[in-house]
Amino acid sequence: MESAAPNDSAGLLEVRDLVKDFGGLRAIDHCSFSVQEGTITGLIGPNGAGKTTMFNVITGFFQPDAGHVFLGGGDVTSLPPNELFTKGLCRTFQIPREHESMSVLENLILVAPDQMGERFWNCWVRPGEVRRQEEEIRTRALDVLRFVDLTHVADEYAGKLSGGQKKLLELARTLMTDPKIVLLDEPAAGVNRTLMKRLSENIETLRRERGITFLLIEHDMNLVMNLCNPVIVMSEGRRLMEGRPEEVQRDPRVLEAYLGGQYAAAEG
Amino acid sequence: MDQVQLARASLVAIPLILLALLILPGRKAVRLPLSIILGIVVALGLAWGMKSGNLTYMMSFSTMAMIYAILSLGLNSQWGLSGHVNFGVAGFFAIGAFTSALVTTTMPIGALAAYSQQAFGLGQPFLVGVLAAGIVSAILGYLVSIPVLRLRTDFLAIATLGIAEIVRLIFQNERWLANGPQPLRGIPQPLFCLVDKPGCSWAPHWLIAWLQPLGPRDYSFVYSMIVAVILAVIYVLLERISRSPWGRVQRAVRDEENSAAMSGKPVTFYRIESFVVGSFIMGIGGAIYAHYVVSIDYSHFNPLFATFIVWVMLMLGGSGNNKGAILGAFVVWAVWTGAQSLVDLISPALSLISPDLPSRSAYFRWMLVAILLAAIVLYKPEGLIKERKRVSDFMKGSAKD
Repeated sequence: MESAAPNDSAGLLEVRDLVKDFGGLRAIDHCSFSVQEGTITGLIGPNGAGKTTMFNVITGFFQPDAGHVFLGGGDVTSLPPNELFTKGLCRTFQIPREHESMSVLENLILVAPDQMGERFWNCWVRPGEVRRQEEEIRTRALDVLRFVDLTHVADEYAGKLSGGQKKLLELARTLMTDPKIVLLDEPAAGVNRTLMKRLSENIETLRRERGITFLLIEHDMNLVMNLCNPVIVMSEGRRLMEGRPEEVQRDPRVLEAYLGGQYAAAEG
Repeated sequence: MDQVQLARASLVAIPLILLALLILPGRKAVRLPLSIILGIVVALGLAWGMKSGNLTYMMSFSTMAMIYAILSLGLNSQWGLSGHVNFGVAGFFAIGAFTSALVTTTMPIGALAAYSQQAFGLGQPFLVGVLAAGIVSAILGYLVSIPVLRLRTDFLAIATLGIAEIVRLIFQNERWLANGPQPLRGIPQPLFCLVDKPGCSWAPHWLIAWLQPLGPRDYSFVYSMIVAVILAVIYVLLERISRSPWGRVQRAVRDEENSAAMSGKPVTFYRIESFVVGSFIMGIGGAIYAHYVVSIDYSHFNPLFATFIVWVMLMLGGSGNNKGAILGAFVVWAVWTGAQSLVDLISPALSLISPDLPSRSAYFRWMLVAILLAAIVLYKPEGLIKERKRVSDFMKGSAKD
């Protein structure tokens, strides 16, 4: 059950032989996989398989103990999150991390890259240009809000949104830039059916129309089966297998990883 | 109304006009003329209606309150904008005060040199001193921020508290630097010539004639005018950047650092920036204090007097709101100075309880400030003026239009 070597055809995002230890616990154990451009790749696995840790290592929040991460062929291992962002990698968090004391609209405007007004002297010496740019970004933010159907709460404090709306806001934020790849950490957790349907439609639309690649962690198997292809299964820090959703669904190793010894005993 | 009252009124009018500009709502075209008229009318009324001593007291009261307002604005750009728990306000205050003192005084000569030592004395004008104070304080802020801003919340508080104590102890012990435990005296008072004979050499005749009835005792009118102008400049510049994309990144970092990083913002860079901006402002506050009290020593910069009271001011006024920072400074300073007269009033009663109680009654003021702090935290944690929801003023309108 060793994880196989990565695909020969280099993907947009490639993880090679990654190791991450927390004290005595090996959260990621020589894990390798690659995400092909233009796919919605699912990353599933039982609790504690190391999925979120994998996200944290890829996005530069944790330093790996060994191994490499490649983005578009370049080595991005251990780059800080803000530099990964400029290279076109965005992520959302499992528990939404909105900027609670700002309006929903400004949560989005914040994300736009290369804002002149973020250098404070420009606000003194070139207010006109800052104002013009701000207006452009605001228009774009309103478009994104319309896309995720949050226009009606644009002026609310982001902290006051419902759990599901916060999830949408997380997705919306990644759209304020032009990402190559977006990592979604349980986008549908705590989201009701209707909202979830809209969320998966949005993701599919973005892939089709803007060519954004997605890698998403999800426990909701319906969503994974409908949306993702391929699906990567992680277990105990390793890549267990990868395949089309229906293959994964039927694979006994996956069932064993999820259900453990009971399943093995029943089969045996 | 006599000439003295008119001359005083003209000096009082400037801070009042600035105050009116700060408070009055509405468009600039309406606000400016209205503020000028209102400021002049109120100034004339005060100069005419108040007893001379009371008016002088009011000016020195508001000068101190405005100095605190500057410190409070500095703290706001660290705590309010970006969430730094800086308990080292006193350190930056002290650095600013001593820097400006050293830059503007001249080296002691003759018999004085035996009593007073200082590392250097450049004899530069007031504004150079103020600017130097801000810059040196900002440099200290930058150097300190590199190791210290790895810390958050209470750990940052302890580290900054320690740094302020180090600064204070250096000035206490290093005699060669700024006269050590002895006060550094003779810090020049800017524009003193306006109220002195024969008047400023650069001033036009009409101005000298206008201010001619004033004497050195009226200097507090001149100084409060200077402080008001400097406070206004700081307020306008800070307000501009607080309500901008820059301020938005700061608030984003304050709310949720990881998310800001994932939105492509170099979090450490922004945290250092806001810390340095705050240090710069606090340094200027120190310089203005030094030129106000004329003689300074290390004991002025203890944490109670120079750090915690500033925190109470900011929290009372409203963290994250520059107007609140100024309002808080005035309110708390009023409580602080008002408490002294209250203590004087009740000290006969206290001496009946125990003979040595009145001598300890100074702590009564601290108790009042502490009660005030507890009341804010419990009943009005957002302060008198709440932080505004919208950050950027460069953005037009709301989402709806």
